[in-house]
Amino acid sequence: MRQSRSSFTWRKVSESKLFFPVAALALILLFDLILVPGFFTIQTREGNLYGSLIDIVRNGSTVALLAIGMTLVIATGGVDLSVGAVMAIAASVAAILMNPYVLAKELPPHLMKLINDPTFTWQPLWIVILVALFVAIVCGLWNGLLVAYVRIQPMVATLILMTAGRGIAQLITNGVRIQIFYEPYAFIGQGWIVLPFSLYIVAFVYAIAWILTRKTAIGLFIESVGINFRSSFFSGIEEKKIKLLAYTFCGFCAGIAGLVASSNIKTSDAFNIGLTLELDAILAVVIGGTLMSGGRFSLLGSIIGAWVIQAITISMYAVGVPAFALQAIKGVVVILLILLYSEQVRGFVRRIGAQKEA
Amino acid sequence: MSDSDHIVEMQGIDKAFPGVQALSRVDFSLNRGEIHAIVGENGAGKSTLIKVLTGVEKQDAGMITIDGREVAIKSPIHAQKLGISTVYQEINLCPNLTVAENILIGREPRRLGSVNWKAMNAYAKEVLQRLDIDIDVTQTLGSYSVAIQQMAAIARALEISSARILILDEPTSSLDTRETEQLFGVMRKLKSEGMAIIFITHFIDQVYEVSDHITVLRNGSLVGTYETASIPRLELIARMIGRQLTEFDEMSQIKLESSRQIRGEALLEAKGFGLTGSIEPLDLELHAGEVLGFAGLLGSGRTEVAQLLFGIEKPDSGLVKLAGGLVKRFSPLASISRGVALCPEDRKEAGIVDDLTVRENIILALQASRGWFKYLRMQQQYEIANRYIELLNIATPSADQPVKNLSGGNQQKVILARWLATNPQILILDEPTKGIDVGAKAEIQKLVLSLAEEGKACLFISSELEEVLRTSHRIVVLRDREKVTEFTGEVDEHTLMQSMAGGGS
Repeated sequence: MRQSRSSFTWRKVSESKLFFPVAALALILLFDLILVPGFFTIQTREGNLYGSLIDIVRNGSTVALLAIGMTLVIATGGVDLSVGAVMAIAASVAAILMNPYVLAKELPPHLMKLINDPTFTWQPLWIVILVALFVAIVCGLWNGLLVAYVRIQPMVATLILMTAGRGIAQLITNGVRIQIFYEPYAFIGQGWIVLPFSLYIVAFVYAIAWILTRKTAIGLFIESVGINFRSSFFSGIEEKKIKLLAYTFCGFCAGIAGLVASSNIKTSDAFNIGLTLELDAILAVVIGGTLMSGGRFSLLGSIIGAWVIQAITISMYAVGVPAFALQAIKGVVVILLILLYSEQVRGFVRRIGAQKEA
Repeated sequence: MSDSDHIVEMQGIDKAFPGVQALSRVDFSLNRGEIHAIVGENGAGKSTLIKVLTGVEKQDAGMITIDGREVAIKSPIHAQKLGISTVYQEINLCPNLTVAENILIGREPRRLGSVNWKAMNAYAKEVLQRLDIDIDVTQTLGSYSVAIQQMAAIARALEISSARILILDEPTSSLDTRETEQLFGVMRKLKSEGMAIIFITHFIDQVYEVSDHITVLRNGSLVGTYETASIPRLELIARMIGRQLTEFDEMSQIKLESSRQIRGEALLEAKGFGLTGSIEPLDLELHAGEVLGFAGLLGSGRTEVAQLLFGIEKPDSGLVKLAGGLVKRFSPLASISRGVALCPEDRKEAGIVDDLTVRENIILALQASRGWFKYLRMQQQYEIANRYIELLNIATPSADQPVKNLSGGNQQKVILARWLATNPQILILDEPTKGIDVGAKAEIQKLVLSLAEEGKACLFISSELEEVLRTSHRIVVLRDREKVTEFTGEVDEHTLMQSMAGGGS
């Protein structure tokens, strides 16, 4: 029964939860290595790093943020379709708090000047962020109440806010696309401290989620509820509170993603911010190795999943796939990736391990 | 091959799972027109052997021949094509479809391309009548008792193409005596029609009642195949567990000793306690250091009382006092913090969390009572898990094994460990020995008695009268969702059975 050291490592690696998301990412990067010269070049400008790889993690950060929250929701056996709409709501709240004057029909000249003044904000930035996040958390709480306490199916319950949310976002901004001129706000999505600032935000939110789920019993309870909620109930786990927490945290993540996205384009656009991103977030979670049926989850896997999606997009652009064909090609790549997850391929990987052992 | 009577021959079957050698060089042969029992303790390899035969798992080594021809069984569907039909321990039907749909799903009679419902229902009814069951097949399966569901599963198995080999995996574990008899009638009838039946069970009585041959497995190896008539009961049990059965004697000794220590102090007092439509109001008292047995047929309200006491449902009449204090909040969590534990009847649905590891399953209730933030440190978790793995003799390669990889009896022990870890004062055990082997049964019964000896109170529910009699100091009899009577001290099986069945009939 002695095993050689290398086969032991292989088995450990291939059975790890992160094996498949990392393999998927590696596969796409391998494709780039062969077909796109200079894809891996990283330049330094003013001490900051730039390049395609950096673009992947930077552009992928919105979906990564959504995916962190979505992971917990999916792990409880649910899904949150409203995250895109919640992003729009958070962005609208932030925009209004920075510059409510854009909504006014007529303004005295001294206020008129302020509208596109990059140093002006009505409320200090920390209040802007806190209030926007508070509103997003309330949205998540609403979803959680519907799912856990009113017992509406998650897909239906979150569909309500998905549809109504953009309407609410438009009400907040009076139906106007608001340009954001306040310069410090732009740093959230566009800032750079050696690496893109949004990457630090992802790391921060990941850290919160990780501590919340792995340093307390919450992670275990989420998984338990997702696998068998009746057994969990019999064991004294308050399944409703766990679900409420997951949806609320998902709302919080969507709020942050909304801030990052609006800062990126310096606009609060109730129609387009986060449009269809809920689907990318779900896909990221699935690529990350968390099952849609709930249970065991991997936060890091979901973040890598978000990067995989972004890597596909950037690689397609890099090899010259036109923008209109992108969605279709992306679909094909996603199918290939999901095939990689099938039991057959997993079995194949196990057999390789077994052969190495022999 | 040499013997033309053999319909199935399995030779030198090996099968390993991560960390477990589930089968090693097992031989098995099955004749036409016989009922062949496979017995063994938990983890003996019974289920795995069946899974290999039904194409669910592929053997690592060994040969299977059917009708003298070697076959490689590729999948459950392939097995069905070969004439092998299986009814698994856990019923794998859809409770929200009708009985007829469940029996004929995938093979619905059609007319002009659409399902011919009338013909389908009529046909399903006929199939069930062959098993002497007469019910409305247009009702959903879930609205019938587990016993009827089991029959529907058998009917479905028989309906699948030309079944010549029928495998019944623990078919009687949810059935009462009358239903079991009914099932045996069906089995004998099928046998006389030439069907080869593999019968897996933990009930030794039933093995002797119905089988022709017995194959004994232990720890994944074949102990032997015997003619039922030629092997005495005690010898069979000794072969199954590989040791002599002195434990039962030991147990009555423990019970005798512990009964002397029962104090007057009532841990639990319930007055007029009930829930409309579930259980009629009843009075109940539970003392420190005693085992209170619940006897009653399936559906008599045993489980309902247990779940009501634990707070799964909220009572709508009466009051409950725990250690003198009046209980106001009814929920599992509140019960756990009051020192009440419930080991539920339905292991798969309400017991284990199958993807979690043994360790996580064991600490689950304890952690739930500590709340979200007082998370047990990993080291403590392993300590607790390993302590109970040792104490209860749980057969698992490690505490990190997903609990779904364990055999049924070991899963049951994991759930028991989960509740023992919360250090309960009152332990409610609903069918704790259902579907587990003789050795483990004795272990669990012994454990119950030793807990009582420590001054805890146990409420012990079981369908096996003998077991209730052996372990309980006092027995409450339930019938038709009502408390009928209570026996203190010695009572014989006959009297008990009479009060369970009701005097009039």
